[in-house]
Amino acid sequence: MSSRFINWFKFSSPATFYPLARKISVVSTVVAVVLIAIGLYMSFFVAPTDYKQGEGYRIIFVHVPASWMSMFIYLVMAGWAALGLVFNTRLSAMMAQALAPTGAMFAFLSLWTGSFWGKPMWGTWWVWDARITSELILLFLYLGYMALRSAIDDPRRGDRASAILLLVGVVNVPIIYYSVKWWNTLHQGSTIRMNQETTMEETMLLTMLIMTLGFWAYSIAVSMARVRAVILERERSANWVRELAEGRT
Amino acid sequence: MLEPLYWIIRRDLTIAMRRRSDVFTTLIFFVIVVSLFPLGIGPEPGTLRLIAPGIVWVGALLASMLALEQIFSADHRDGTLEQMLLTPQPVALLVAGKVLAHWLVSGVPLVIIAPLLGLQYDLSMDALQALVISLLLGTPTLSLIGAIGAALTLGLRSGGVLLALLVLPLYIPVLIFGAGAVEATVSGLGGQSHLSLLGAILVASLVLAPLATAAALRVAED
Amino acid sequence: MAEFFHMGGYGLYVWGSFGVTALFMIAEPLLLRSRSQQIKKRIARVARLEQEVNQ
Repeated sequence: MSSRFINWFKFSSPATFYPLARKISVVSTVVAVVLIAIGLYMSFFVAPTDYKQGEGYRIIFVHVPASWMSMFIYLVMAGWAALGLVFNTRLSAMMAQALAPTGAMFAFLSLWTGSFWGKPMWGTWWVWDARITSELILLFLYLGYMALRSAIDDPRRGDRASAILLLVGVVNVPIIYYSVKWWNTLHQGSTIRMNQETTMEETMLLTMLIMTLGFWAYSIAVSMARVRAVILERERSANWVRELAEGRT
Repeated sequence: MLEPLYWIIRRDLTIAMRRRSDVFTTLIFFVIVVSLFPLGIGPEPGTLRLIAPGIVWVGALLASMLALEQIFSADHRDGTLEQMLLTPQPVALLVAGKVLAHWLVSGVPLVIIAPLLGLQYDLSMDALQALVISLLLGTPTLSLIGAIGAALTLGLRSGGVLLALLVLPLYIPVLIFGAGAVEATVSGLGGQSHLSLLGAILVASLVLAPLATAAALRVAED
Repeated sequence: MAEFFHMGGYGLYVWGSFGVTALFMIAEPLLLRSRSQQIKKRIARVARLEQEVNQ
C-alpha cells in the first residue's frame, strides 16, 4: 500500500482507537456546546413568533433534530454492523453498541417533545399519526437491539448476533414506515393533518439546522466517550488497559 | 437440491406429530385470546364486527409467536443443529424446510380455526374469506421473520421474552396489511391491494429471511 | 422575564420539551463519566490484587 494512503485498519484496533476517541470526543463536545448554545439563543430570541402556532412552535427546534438524529443513528449503527460482519473488526460492533443508547434517547425525546407539541396544537397528547407511530416502532427496535446485546454474554456472539438484528431491522424500517403510512391514510377518522407545509421562515430553518448540527456533534461526543468505556470493559485483561488504569489511579 | 428440503420437512413433521399437544396448546391459546375481547369490550355486535379483523390478527400474531422458540431449540439442545450446519447442504435451504414444517404445524391450524372465530364476531362470508386468505399469506411470513429471532436468541437465558421484543416490531407490516385486508372487505373497498402487498412481503421474506436465519444460526452455534 | 417564561400561553409545553431534552442531554454524559470511572477503578483494583498475589 502506498504511504500516501492512511491505513484505516490501523484504527480498527481498540488500543490505537482509544486515545483517538478521546480527542474526537473532546473536540465534538466543544462544537456541540457552542452550536447548541447558538441554537438555543436563536430558538428563543431570534426566530420570530409563528403567526399560526404562536410561541408553541418553538418546540420543533428540539423535536425535529431529535427525530432526525434518532433515525440517522440507527442507519449509522446498521452501517457499523455491516462493516463489522464484512471485515470482522471488533471496533465496528463496539461503535454500534456505543451509539444505541443515544439513539434510543433521541427516539424517546422525539416522542416526548412531539406529544408536548401535539397537546396544545391538536388537543391530545398522543395521535396515531404515521410519523409518530413509526418513531415509536423505531424506539422498540432500539430497545430490542439493546436487550439482545445485553442478553448475550459471549462478546463475539453478541457482536455478530446484534449486527444481524440491525441489518434485518434496517431492511424492515422502510417497509414498516410505508405500511404505517398506508394504514394511516386509510383510517382518516381523525382530521389531523401534519403535512400542511407552512412556509417556514429562513431564520427558523437556519435555527433548526444549527440545532441539528449541535445534536450531531453531541452524538459523536457521547458515543466516543461510551465506546471508550466499552473498550475498557471488554479489553480489561489486555496489558495496555491494565497499565492505563494503574497510571490513572 | 430439493431432496434435503423434503426430508427435513418430513422429519420435523414426524417429530411434531409425536408431540401433538404442542400444536393444540398454540391453537387453544389463539381461541382463548380472541374470545376474551368480547368479555372485556362488551357484546355489542356492531363494535365487535368493527374490531374483529384486528383482534383475530393480533391473536394469530401472539399465538404464532408462542411456538417460535421451538423451531430450533430441541435440535440445538441435542446437538442435531450443529450437525446440520456441518452438512454440505446450503443452510438457508435447511432453514426454509424447518420453517415450512413449523408453519404447517403451528400456522395452518390457526388459518383453519380462524373462520370459526370470525363467526363469533359476526363477520360476513366475504370477510371470512378475506380473513382466511390474509392469514394464509401472512402467517408464513410471521414464521419466516420469527425464525430469525428464534435463531438470534437460541439458548439464551431470557429467550422467550427477548424473542417477543425482537420479533413483534418486525411483525407490524404483516399485521397492518392482514387486518387491513379484512377491514377493507368489510367496508366494501375490496382487499385485493392489501393481499397483493402481503404476497409481496411473503416473497421477499421467503428469499431474505432464511439467509439471515442461517447467518444467525452459524453465530449461535459457533 | 415572566412573559418570556409564559411563552404566550405555551409555557408548559415549550419548557416541558426543552427542559426534558436538556435534562437527558446533560444526564447522559454525566452518567457515562461515572460509569467509565467505575470501570477504571475496578480494573486498577483487579490489577493490584493480582500483583499482591504474585508477590
